[in-house]
Formats: sequence, structure tokens, C-alpha cells
Amino acid sequence: MRPFFYLLFVLIVSGLAIASLTVPLHSLPDLFASDPDLAWVVVTELRMPRALLALFYGAVLGASGAAIQALFANPLASPDITGATGGAALGAVFVAYIIGFASPFGIALGGVVGAGVALVLLLLLAGPRAETATLLLAGIAISAITGAGTALALALAPSPFAFYDAYAWLMGSLVDRSLPQLAFAAIPALGAIAYFARCAPALDRLALGEDVAESMGYDVVSLRRNIVIATAIGVGAAVSVCGAVGFIGLVGPVIARRLTAGHPGRAILPAALIGSVLLLAADIAVRFAPPDRSVPIGVLTALIGAPFFLWLVARMRWSIRP
Amino acid sequence: MTAQITATGAAIQGRLEPCDLAFEPGTVTMLVGPNGAGKTSLLHALAGLPVATGEICIGGEEIAKFSPGRRLRYLSFLGASRAINWPLLARDYVALGLPAGAPRESVDTVLQSLDAEGFADRRLDQLSTGERSRVMIARALAPSALALLLDEPCANLDPQWQLTILERLGAEAAGGATVILSIHDLELARHYGDRIIVIDGGHIVEDGPPDVALSADNLGSVFGVARKNDHWTRV
Repeated sequence: MRPFFYLLFVLIVSGLAIASLTVPLHSLPDLFASDPDLAWVVVTELRMPRALLALFYGAVLGASGAAIQALFANPLASPDITGATGGAALGAVFVAYIIGFASPFGIALGGVVGAGVALVLLLLLAGPRAETATLLLAGIAISAITGAGTALALALAPSPFAFYDAYAWLMGSLVDRSLPQLAFAAIPALGAIAYFARCAPALDRLALGEDVAESMGYDVVSLRRNIVIATAIGVGAAVSVCGAVGFIGLVGPVIARRLTAGHPGRAILPAALIGSVLLLAADIAVRFAPPDRSVPIGVLTALIGAPFFLWLVARMRWSIRP
Repeated sequence: MTAQITATGAAIQGRLEPCDLAFEPGTVTMLVGPNGAGKTSLLHALAGLPVATGEICIGGEEIAKFSPGRRLRYLSFLGASRAINWPLLARDYVALGLPAGAPRESVDTVLQSLDAEGFADRRLDQLSTGERSRVMIARALAPSALALLLDEPCANLDPQWQLTILERLGAEAAGGATVILSIHDLELARHYGDRIIVIDGGHIVEDGPPDVALSADNLGSVFGVARKNDHWTRV
């Protein structure tokens, strides 16, 4: 675990120091020497929200991925299967078309409403017992519907600019987010992570079977419902601010379980740490895009995450540790 | 420490009719009945699973009010399924049966007692069904709980291991535990059980010592079999 903490620290400092390929590293110390007020503004209002957003968004993706994988007893599950990501994306794009992309809070609220609608739909479809298979299938169906809705919204974009803005937002970005936006994403993320961490013993015991976990006094039905709700709130809020970032919720927990002898519940906090490390690293990597070009962070995580996912499937196919 | 288990109005809608039962410490109770009779449902009800209604007390205290940590010291339950939810190492799987703060040495001790230390560091999905069953039984035995509720602990085991497990459960009872298990082998039930509860169609049809519960009449009416010349025949 300790190397990941060191890495996290290095990445946060790097996130504050590195601007882009074209801006030299020493420019920030130089700016502090010449205009400390401006340098302070650059750090606190531009780079710190970005680094902290990566920290919290990555953490909630990793932790919720670990919780969802433990809940569904499936190492290939991800927070996306709650439908919250798709719901948030659809809600945000829908609101953006009405009020424009100039109002980040309106978009974020739209995203949260979208995630909330997806969540309510999921819980209604899953029923009072919220069986694992029903939740999974309902989540997949809602993701498909919201995905189709988002594609339709893009196809019906009122202008090419609106299309480009929506498309760029959907690909995920941590750039130019304010401190209030950071708080909007970070507070639900922290709440969700704290809840997942509290559920860790129950999720480990769930590995013994639902009936055994229930005989030990764990309320599995509430656990299932609450983890889905916490995922929808934590991830939905982050998606509403930063757009969708894939694969970290899938890959982070898999790496984390290497540190916890495969225990699904105990992997939650390590998965949060690794999720943060991965998203901070991805956010620094996208800064090295050629001048006047930008690489969406969601595209980068998918480019790295998808081959990892395939490797994971191949390893499982050959029955090696999941 | 020993404790009596009492069930008041224990029921599962559509599967188990309400019943009042008491189980004394130091005894082995066998639940027998045809497939679908309600043996698993009775065990679920006694284990206090949320699907059941009624009040289950151990040592006079209602288990529904216990925290998970405390419950692990009072009650240990083995489900009927031998499916693997998560491919943990056998040793880690057994350790999950322990309450927080319990000594890890008890994992090694129980694995050794079931001759499972040879595959303790292998994942469950790499074990045979019988080996996996022994690991799952070891998980149930590890916390040395006051009450042991086991759904078909002899399933998937060869004859020698069936006897070993039943002898081990008898030893747990002799040590003060209250042991309740479901079983299909009526001869083993008769030999190792102090008390036998016969269930059919979701209600208890007989409850008593082996010779009474497994009378020829009950064997015929509930199971549709008879014992003739040391083997079973249909009636």
C-alpha cells in the first residue's frame, strides 16, 4: 500500500506543477517570484481543483467499483452497471442543450437528476428483494436506454458547436472546474466511500454466500440497495461535474485485490487509493497532448483500460486469479 | 458456556408452517424429510434469516438483536450450496467465519482437524467438491459457536468423511454445543442423532428419539420406503 501513497503524493504535486507540454516546469516557481498573487490564483483556482477532482473522482470510481464487484460477486462488474453514469450523462447533455454549456452548475444538476432518475428506475425494476441478477439486468437495460438517449441527443444537436461541446463533455474532462464544482463532486464521493468502507466486513462475508452472511446478522437486501444508491450518488455527482470516465472503476479494484489477498470487501479503500492514482496519472498524461490539441481523459482511460480488461478476461478464461 | 436454542412461531411463508421448538445444549438433532419438505427452511428460520418470521433465542437472548460480531460467537450456519461466490484461498475463507479479534490459530487448528491443511493455500475453485465441502464445514466450525446449524454437511463427502464429520459434530455436542443438521441418510441419522425431527410438506410430523421418529410407519408414510433385510425398498 505504501508505494501507492508515495505515488499519490508525487502525482498530486506533479498535477499542481505541470500545466502542459508547452509550459516549462519552472514557470510556476518563476511566477511565484514575480507575481505571488497570480501564482496563488493559478494554483488554487486552476490546478488544485483539477488535481483534487482527479483524486476524489478516481477514489469514488475505485471504491464503488470494488463495492459493486463484491456485491455482484463478479470481478468484471463496474459502477456503470447501476445505470448512474449513463443517467448522469443523459441528464447533463439534455440540460446543456436547454441552458447551454456556459452554466456548469445547471449541467451538474441535470446530471444528478439524470442519475437519480436512473437510480429510481433501477430500484423500481429490481423490486423489494433487489435480487442480484435483477439489479444487474435492470442496470444493463437502463445503461442501454440512457446510452441510446444520449446518442439521440447528439444526433439532434441544435448546432455543430453544441454537438462538439456535448461530445467533449461526454468524453470526460477535469479542466477549468471551480472549487464549488469540486465540492459538488467531492462531498458525495467522500460520503459514498465512507459508506462503502463501513460495508467492507459485510461484503467480505458475502463471499461466503448470501444465506451465510444473513445468518451472521448482515442485512443483505439493505446492503444491496444502499450500495447501489451510494454508487449512483457518488459516481453520478462526479460524472455530472467531469463527464464519464470509464474503466477506472473496473481496473482499480482488480489491482487493489492483489493487496488484500483477493478479499472483495477489504479491497475498497485500496481501490479508492488506486483509482485516485490512475486518474491523477491519466490527467497528467493528457497534458502532454500536442499543442492546440486535447485528448479527453475518458478516451485515455479507455485506451489503457480496455486492453487491461481484455487481459483480465483472458486470464479468467484460463482460470488464473481474478 | 452452553446455551439452549428456542424457536417461537418460526415460519417461512409458503415453505414452513409456524413451529415452536427447543434444542438443548450437548445434543445432536437431525432434520430429515423428503426433498422440498422444509428442512432447509427450518434451518433458515433457526438461523434467523430475514426471510423467516418468529423469534429465535439462544441462551434466552433474541439473536435478531445481536450485532454481527456477537452473533458469530453464538451461531454458526452452513448453507446447502457449495457454490463459490468468490475464489478466496481456503485459509482466508475459513478465517471469514471468525469474529473480529479471534485468534487466527483456530483456522489452522480446524483445517488440520479436517485434514485440509494440505490445500489451505489453494483457491476454492481449484479444489474438488468434497475438499471444498470440508473447507466450508471448517468455516462453520472455526468460531466454536454455541449453536451449529448445518444444511446437509455430509453432501458431496465420501462415506469415510461422512462418518468423520458426524463424529466431529458429536464431539462438538459433547463439548456443549447445540448441533442441528439436515441429512438424507436415515441410517446415519438414526446412528448419530440424539433427536430426529421429521418434516414433510412444511410442517413437523414427528419429533423424538431416533427409534420413535424413524418408525416403520413414518418411513412408509413420509418417505415411501421400508427397511427390509438390511436394505431399503419402496412401499
